[in-house]
Amino acid sequence: MSPLQFVFLAVAAVTLIAAVMVVSARLLVHAALWLVLTLFGVAVLYVLLNAGFFAVAQVLIYIGAIAILFIFAVMLTRDVMQDTGPQQNTNWWLAALIAIGGFGGLFLLLSSWPGFSTALPDLPNEGQALADLGKALVGPYLLPFELASVLLVAAMVGAIYVSYPKK
Amino acid sequence: MAFISDPVSFIGAWLEGLLLGWGLAPGAVDFIMKLIGAGLLGMISLGLVIFTIWMERKLYARIQDRFGPNRVGPWGIFQTFPDMIKIFTKEYITPDGADKVVYNLAPILAVSAVILIWAVLPFAPTVVGTQVNVGVLYIVAVGAIGTLSLIMAGWSSNNKYALLGAFRAVAQMVSYEVPMVLSLLVPVILSRSMGLNTIVEKQTIWYVVLAPLAMLIFFISSQAEIGRAPFDLLEAESEIVAGYQTEYSGLKFGMFYVGEFLHAFTVSALMTALFFGGWRGPLAEQFPILGIAYFIVKAFIVYFIVIVLRISMPRLRIDQLLNFNWKFLTPIALFLLMITAIFEKALSQVDASTLVRVVTHLLVNIFVTLGTVEILRRYSRGERKRVAEPRPVATPQKP
Repeated sequence: MSPLQFVFLAVAAVTLIAAVMVVSARLLVHAALWLVLTLFGVAVLYVLLNAGFFAVAQVLIYIGAIAILFIFAVMLTRDVMQDTGPQQNTNWWLAALIAIGGFGGLFLLLSSWPGFSTALPDLPNEGQALADLGKALVGPYLLPFELASVLLVAAMVGAIYVSYPKK
Repeated sequence: MAFISDPVSFIGAWLEGLLLGWGLAPGAVDFIMKLIGAGLLGMISLGLVIFTIWMERKLYARIQDRFGPNRVGPWGIFQTFPDMIKIFTKEYITPDGADKVVYNLAPILAVSAVILIWAVLPFAPTVVGTQVNVGVLYIVAVGAIGTLSLIMAGWSSNNKYALLGAFRAVAQMVSYEVPMVLSLLVPVILSRSMGLNTIVEKQTIWYVVLAPLAMLIFFISSQAEIGRAPFDLLEAESEIVAGYQTEYSGLKFGMFYVGEFLHAFTVSALMTALFFGGWRGPLAEQFPILGIAYFIVKAFIVYFIVIVLRISMPRLRIDQLLNFNWKFLTPIALFLLMITAIFEKALSQVDASTLVRVVTHLLVNIFVTLGTVEILRRYSRGERKRVAEPRPVATPQKP
């Protein structure tokens, strides 16, 4: 086993354990902090895949913005220190069913995928890949990119509308 | 000669040869070298804090017409050591009902988030922790961990003041991250690279000349990121005791303290790398050791300004702080970013010479500054008129 494989297994294990803790932690803030660890694990996986940009973007967006917003929202909702409500609602069996179904479907699809046995091609220079990504975002994928920004703006306008005091 | 001109690389190469000579695998040697480098960087950065704490206290005292530390060693330069020993021997008090793991993890994260930035600082052309080609983004991402540590500290302390401090910390840091990132993008556009060392290499003319306004915006918003005066609302003593660090004692408090001082110096070093030419200077490319010297001297000059700003400014109110960010810094940073991008693209299309490029960017910055000042003047005139209008203290209630 090469050191890289060892690191991958360790990181994957930590990520999975943290992900389980997210849904089973009793305190909501703890769940949010476990989520941060999970997202970190994913960032490390990106690094192992030689995708430094995605790793940094993952930390920046998911931890720097989304996770902090989660924690903030959790703090503002109910009794901050003693929030130990029930973890499941009545639909837990449906969620479990969908999760198992999704995992099974992916497993079936991927088990017949030939990519696992083929040799990996050499990655291009990462700086070049990054430049290509930037060009792709304003070239062939311009419409989805702009649609995503419009969606975000709409969400922001909606948030402002909801929170604006009615005159 | 190689040793004198570039001691760090020389010793590194020697050690690598030695380890390879012992028959270690190249991968293992690489790992050991990286480990030694990371350890050294961390130790140097933490050791530097001992000096910067003394420097800051001395300057603080001078400006307030006091002597400052002057008993331990010449000019009191060793004052930090007794303080360190004192803080090591202090008792740790964990408040009742605190969330133990989160409570103890927060100070560690606070310091490590700052030290992580040192990994990408280019001290000299050959002396860089690691060449990350998205270095600028990396710096911003690592800053998020610092914010996280403050929330964790405030929440886990089981103290209302600490929680209030954490709320303020998030509001401040998340908001000021926006103009900081936008102003960071200006050097990225000018140098066409997100790697810090490449940005330094491209600065044949310092970016403070090409983008003085971006430098100012970055400077202001990074002061808010550090959370010191005039932006020290997250630990405002007169309002919320000590904010997120209210319940911390002993070395755990010391970690936050060290993290703040180190962050202040780190930001100065970043400013140097991004806007003041980093290690650039006469003969720096031939003799990297000169580059290190230039870098440190420049960083300390910026740090001096940071300290003077901290000492001479009163604290802002929270509404002033957020208004200043969202209504002033963010729009101007956005505008500057767009206009810089347009001009840079246009100049590269016509193959402009360096002189034309510098003059154009400088003029653009000057015009944006003048426009901003004009808008501010009109706004403050309107504000003054509004405040000057006679207002009845109490209006009679309508029946």
